[in-house]
Amino acid sequence: MTDAIKLEYTVCNDDFTRAGEASSDIKDKLKKMGVAPEIIRKVVIAMYEGEINMVIHANGGKITVTITTDKITMVLSDKGPGIENIELAMQEGYSTAPDNIRSLGFGAGMGLPNMKKYSDYMDVQTQLGTGTTVTMQVNL
Amino acid sequence: MTVNDIKELLNANVLCCEDYLSNVVHTACGSDMMSDVLAFVKDQSVLITGLCNPQVIRTAEMMDITCIVFVRGKIPDSTTIDLAIERNIPVLSTSRKMFEACGILYSKGLSGGKEN
Repeated sequence: MTDAIKLEYTVCNDDFTRAGEASSDIKDKLKKMGVAPEIIRKVVIAMYEGEINMVIHANGGKITVTITTDKITMVLSDKGPGIENIELAMQEGYSTAPDNIRSLGFGAGMGLPNMKKYSDYMDVQTQLGTGTTVTMQVNL
Repeated sequence: MTVNDIKELLNANVLCCEDYLSNVVHTACGSDMMSDVLAFVKDQSVLITGLCNPQVIRTAEMMDITCIVFVRGKIPDSTTIDLAIERNIPVLSTSRKMFEACGILYSKGLSGGKEN
């Protein structure tokens, strides 16, 4: 790989059925590039949790994935309500998701902790009423 | 243990991807919360769940899960099955309850895998 590869995705507003399509596409692309399965798993789990979060909390958003020789960078940005207390949101089990989301299998308060767990670097920039941008990197 | 062994042990119906019944399963995960499933990577795992929506297939896809078993006789809708076919993940349905299904597979040697 000589040049960086950049991929962009739009995560649909409130369409829970389609959540995960971007992560699924990345999985196929990384596989075709010959990236190691354990690296692919880290990338797609982190990104999938992010996608789910965008659908649950932020009316969708945009994801940019950049692949270079040494790392995969995912930038997930939304214009949602922002995260009020990032320290609490990073705690396993803390969730502000509504009950109907729990009945769909999410909202266990594991989203952000899982994203941190599977990425080698994570940064969250958030502003109430403006939106959130999560940057995650997985080293190759 | 193979997917076919799970089918026999749980007296389950195969809803799709019959071609993959000989795939080998080493570990199991029983949960209705997909984020809990996503928290622990296991190797060649079966996902046993009572949750019935397309995100179960997505979760299995991201985790490289070998096979999915829906308990309590649940049959997912066609969107969910179509997604499983697209991602080549065999889906089974058993009338066993979650606790029973997990107990049967555990007693036959499937483990919960290591925490990571």
